[in-house]
Amino acid sequence: MNGADLAVKALEANGVKVVFGYPGAANAPFIDSVSHSSIEYVLSRNEQGAAHMASGYGRVNRVAGVCTATSGPGATNLITAIATAYMDSIPMVAITGQVKRELIGKDAFQEVDIIGATLPFTKHSYLVNEVKDIPRIVNEAFHIATTGRPGPVLIDFPMDVLKAPYEEEGEEEEINLRGYKLLGKANETQIKKVANAIKKAKKPVILAGGGIALSNAQNIVRELVKNTEIPVIATMMGLGVIPTDDKKFYGMIGSHGTKCANVMLNRSDLVIAMGTRLGDRSVANAEGLEKAKKLVHIDIDPAEIGKNMQPYIPVVGDIKDVAAQLKDALHGYKVNSEWAEDVDKLRGETTPELMTEDNGFVNPRYFLERLSEFTKSEAYITTEVGQNQLWTANHYTIKEPNRFLTSGGFGTMGYGLPAAIGASRAQSELPVIAVMGDGSFQMDLPELGTMKQYNIPVKMVLFKNDRLGMVHEHQYLFYGSNYQMVDITGGGPDFAKLVEAYGIKSGRVSENSKVDSAIKEMMADKESYLLIVDVSPYEPTGNALNESRMKEA
Amino acid sequence: MEKYTLSVLVENSAGVLSRVVGLFTRRGFNIHSLSVGPTADDRVSRITIEVKGDVYMVEQVSKQLSKLMEVIKIKTLKESEMVKRGLVLVKIKTTPKNRGEIIEVANVFRANIIDLSPTTITAEVTGSDQKIEAFLNMVEGYGIEETARTGMTALERGANTLKIDK
Repeated sequence: MNGADLAVKALEANGVKVVFGYPGAANAPFIDSVSHSSIEYVLSRNEQGAAHMASGYGRVNRVAGVCTATSGPGATNLITAIATAYMDSIPMVAITGQVKRELIGKDAFQEVDIIGATLPFTKHSYLVNEVKDIPRIVNEAFHIATTGRPGPVLIDFPMDVLKAPYEEEGEEEEINLRGYKLLGKANETQIKKVANAIKKAKKPVILAGGGIALSNAQNIVRELVKNTEIPVIATMMGLGVIPTDDKKFYGMIGSHGTKCANVMLNRSDLVIAMGTRLGDRSVANAEGLEKAKKLVHIDIDPAEIGKNMQPYIPVVGDIKDVAAQLKDALHGYKVNSEWAEDVDKLRGETTPELMTEDNGFVNPRYFLERLSEFTKSEAYITTEVGQNQLWTANHYTIKEPNRFLTSGGFGTMGYGLPAAIGASRAQSELPVIAVMGDGSFQMDLPELGTMKQYNIPVKMVLFKNDRLGMVHEHQYLFYGSNYQMVDITGGGPDFAKLVEAYGIKSGRVSENSKVDSAIKEMMADKESYLLIVDVSPYEPTGNALNESRMKEA
Repeated sequence: MEKYTLSVLVENSAGVLSRVVGLFTRRGFNIHSLSVGPTADDRVSRITIEVKGDVYMVEQVSKQLSKLMEVIKIKTLKESEMVKRGLVLVKIKTTPKNRGEIIEVANVFRANIIDLSPTTITAEVTGSDQKIEAFLNMVEGYGIEETARTGMTALERGANTLKIDK
C-alpha cells in the first residue's frame, strides 16, 4: 500500500464513484491506484472540462464531485472551474499532483504553487506533507466541501507522498476542525422579529436564492409559501426552488430578470431574502433596500449578512431549519389579498408577447418554451453564459432547483457543455440538455470527445447567431453600435460537420413553425445530438435591461 | 476612519499567515499593523491585527476571518479594555560628546540601551504607538541610522481572556 492507495481508499470511504480528470507524471500514482479500485474515471480533454464535469456531477447527485489534474499547467487549468464552483458555492474536491517534496520551491519542471494560486477561491486547501495524514485530510476535505456553505476544496499531493509506502494500519486520525462551526437553527428572538415584521408588512415578498437548493430546503420553503401565500421572486441560482410556472412565482430579479420581479422587489415593503448573497447583478439598488428598512436577510454564512447591504433584520442559520421555524411562527398567517391581486395584475401587464412568425430565424424564447413543454421539464438543463443563459433562465420552465445548472456568480463561458457531461454521468434517468451559444460552445468543445468516448449522452441546443451575442448587444446599447471583436463567422466552423467528426448526429432549424418537429427529432433517442438553432444576431437578451428589438446595422 | 484591534487565535500550522494576509488583500481591507507569535499552547498562535475602517468594515473583517478553517477564535478588543504594546529598536548616530545626553533621553522613556559602538547607540523602546512616536521624535535630531519596529500586540485587561472552548 502506498499514499495513493490510502487516498483512493479514503475517497471510496467518502462514497466517491467517479473521478473526472487528466493524467500527468505527478498524479500518475493516483490514477494508477484509482484503476485498482471501485472508482471509475472519466478522461476529459482539458483539465478545466474535468472540473466543470465534477461540478455538474456534484450538483445533480448532491455530493462533492471529484476532479484530478497533474502539477503545473494541469493544476492551473483547473483554476477557472474551481473559481466557478466557489462563486456558486458548489461542493467539489480537486486532487492535484505536485512535484516531489524535495523539489518544492525549486521551480522544478511543471511546478506551480497551486495552493497559493487558488487561495482566494477555495473554501480550504491542503498540501499533504505526510502519508499518515492522508485519510484525515481527505475526510476533512469532503466534510468541508459539503457542509455549511459548500465550496471547492483542493488537496495537493506531492508525487513522492503518493508513492511512499505505507503499511501501518493504526487508528485513523479523527477530523480535527475546531475552527469550523456548523450552523443550524436561527436564534428564536430573530425568528419572532421576522414573523412580526411579516405580519405587519403590507407587501411582503420572498426572494429565493441558491442557498435553498444547496441546503435541499425547497420542500419546506414550498410549504411555507403554500401556507402563507407570500409571493416569490428568485435570483438566478434560486430558480426552481419554487417551480417557475407556479402561480406564486413571479420571475427572476436582476439586470436580466423579469420586469415583474424587479418591480416587486422595489414596490414591496418587506423582502425576505433566503440564501442569497444579494450580488450586484441581482440587486442594483442596494442602498434603496437598506434605506427602506425592509430587508430580512437569512443566510448560513454570517459574513454574507452586511457584506453587500445592511439588513433590517439579520438571521443566521441553515435555511432548512430557519424556514421550518418561520413556518411554525407564521402558523395561521396569510398574506393580504390586495397585495396578492396587485402582483398578479403586475405580472399580467409585464409579460411580453412572443413573436413567432417565420422570418428565417427562430425566436429563442419561443424555442425554450416549446422545449419545456416537450420535456415537461423532466430534464436537467445546463447553460453557457450570455444570451443563451438568460433566455433559458427566463423562458425554460424550471421545476426543481438542481435541474438547472448554470454559472451564476462567476459567469464562466465553457461551463455548460462539460457540466452537462457531468450531469449525464451522474444519472441516467432524465435527459440532459446543454443550451449554448456558438461562442461559448467553442470554449470547451473538445469535450465532445469525452462525451463520445464514454457514451455520455447530451442533447445540445446551439443558438447560432454568428456573434458573441451578449457583447454584441452591449456594444449596441453602450458603444454606439461599434461592433468589435464579436463577429465569429470567419471560417466557420460548420457545426454539423464538426460534431459529425465525433460521430454525433445533428439537425438544424431556422423557422419557428419547425421548432416542434426539430425538438422531437433531437429528443427521439438516447444518443447525443446537436440541434443548431438559427437566431438573429439582433435578437435582444430581453427583459429588464432592454425589451425592444435591436435595430439591424 | 477608526483603528480597531483584532485578537485572533489560529492553528499554529504552515500557511496560516498567508491565508490571513491574503484575505485582507482580496477583500480590500487595510492592515495597519500585524504581529504574530505562538501562545502558551504551542499548537495555537495569536495574531494581533490593527485595521483602519468603520464599524461595518471591522465586522466584515472579523466574519471573513472566522471563515478560515485555521481561525479558532477571534475578538475585537475595545480600546479602553485592553493593554497594547509595540516595540522599536532604534540605531542613533552618536559622538562621544552627545552619548550621555541620548542615554538621558532614553532613561526618561524607560528605553533600554542594548548596543553601543563608537558612532552609534541602539535603544529598545516598548510601549504604545504614541510613546514610540514621541521617543523617535526626541532622537530624530541626533540622526537615526535605522529602525526596526513590530506591530502592536495586545491583551484584554483584567480577568477576561480569549480562551478556546474545550
